[in-house]
Amino acid sequence: MKLPIRLILFASLLFSSQLAVTQEIKTYNFDELEPIFHFQNDTTYVINFWAMWCKPCVEELPEFEDIRKDYANKKVKVILVSLDFGKNVNDRLNSFLERKDINAEVVILDDPDADKWIGKVDEKWDGALPATIIYKKEKKIVFTRQVSYDELSGTIDKLNNQTN
Amino acid sequence: MKKILILGLFVLATIGIQAQGYQVGDDAKDFKLKNVDGKLVSLADYKDAKGFIVIFTCNHCPYSVAYEDRIIEIDKKYKTKGYPVIAINPNDPELYESDSFENMIQRSKEKGFTFPYLIDETQDIYKAFGASKTPHVFILSNAKGKYTVEYIGAIDNNYKDASAVTSTYVETAVDALLANKKPAVTATKAIGCSIKSK
Repeated sequence: MKLPIRLILFASLLFSSQLAVTQEIKTYNFDELEPIFHFQNDTTYVINFWAMWCKPCVEELPEFEDIRKDYANKKVKVILVSLDFGKNVNDRLNSFLERKDINAEVVILDDPDADKWIGKVDEKWDGALPATIIYKKEKKIVFTRQVSYDELSGTIDKLNNQTN
Repeated sequence: MKKILILGLFVLATIGIQAQGYQVGDDAKDFKLKNVDGKLVSLADYKDAKGFIVIFTCNHCPYSVAYEDRIIEIDKKYKTKGYPVIAINPNDPELYESDSFENMIQRSKEKGFTFPYLIDETQDIYKAFGASKTPHVFILSNAKGKYTVEYIGAIDNNYKDASAVTSTYVETAVDALLANKKPAVTATKAIGCSIKSK
């Protein structure tokens, strides 16, 4: 039962190359996730609440990926908070992200007692998806609807250009 | 004073569709919408109702689907007590094919909905209410055709698992109203699918 060495090599290469594009998606409850809304550093955080079944969310996803690429060296961090749930959610998310070529960081927020935490994200947000929080230290802009690339970049530039 | 000045320098803004509709305590206007059986339904048709559990919901949204069985149970439990469920699909079917009238009829049959499932064809009613997502509940009390908004928000506090619910917001509010009391909790938030308009 000796496997040809070439086959093993090929298989391991294939496996490792898949690992490179597939991110490990972690699942959090809101208490565990909450620190990402309150970092006090030089980075501007762009945090988007979305789900695979949410049409406007999926439409705007490429804008976030473009922001991630275009601001890669400008202290901007994009985090996509998925509210997907159900069977094999990690696998479904990974294949979806691969298909859409999204490489921004994705986390799953699994906290069904939503009334407890939605107001902590933003008191004016009532929980409709999508929603986007852009903040740097104490400065914060929230979009409770679909956003465009220009709105995202304009907001990021505005926050970055303000004196601290 | 210093703190106020410092706060003034920060950028804090929320940009989006803010609810323009009813607040708790407001009077709600009646409507006339087409049911899955083809007939038009109004609140005024329910002469003996003490109130209504109006739920904006739809076919495509996983949160709505997760609540279907619970909505049926709520209707069965409270219809006989004078608080029937009225479900309204606010979505534009051109944007969500699964929310078309035909698919509403089919879903209603499949699940055996015990309540009317109405289509908000002009999308005026969800805007009047200020519904922003599905599912989104508005409990109305009825005083001889004067419909007062008593509660706005979620059905309960666990969309994923009915058996893990610890606060049944809607049932608690209706129980209070049936006991001639005001609900203790009149507003809750929940994750939902944003309503798509033309």
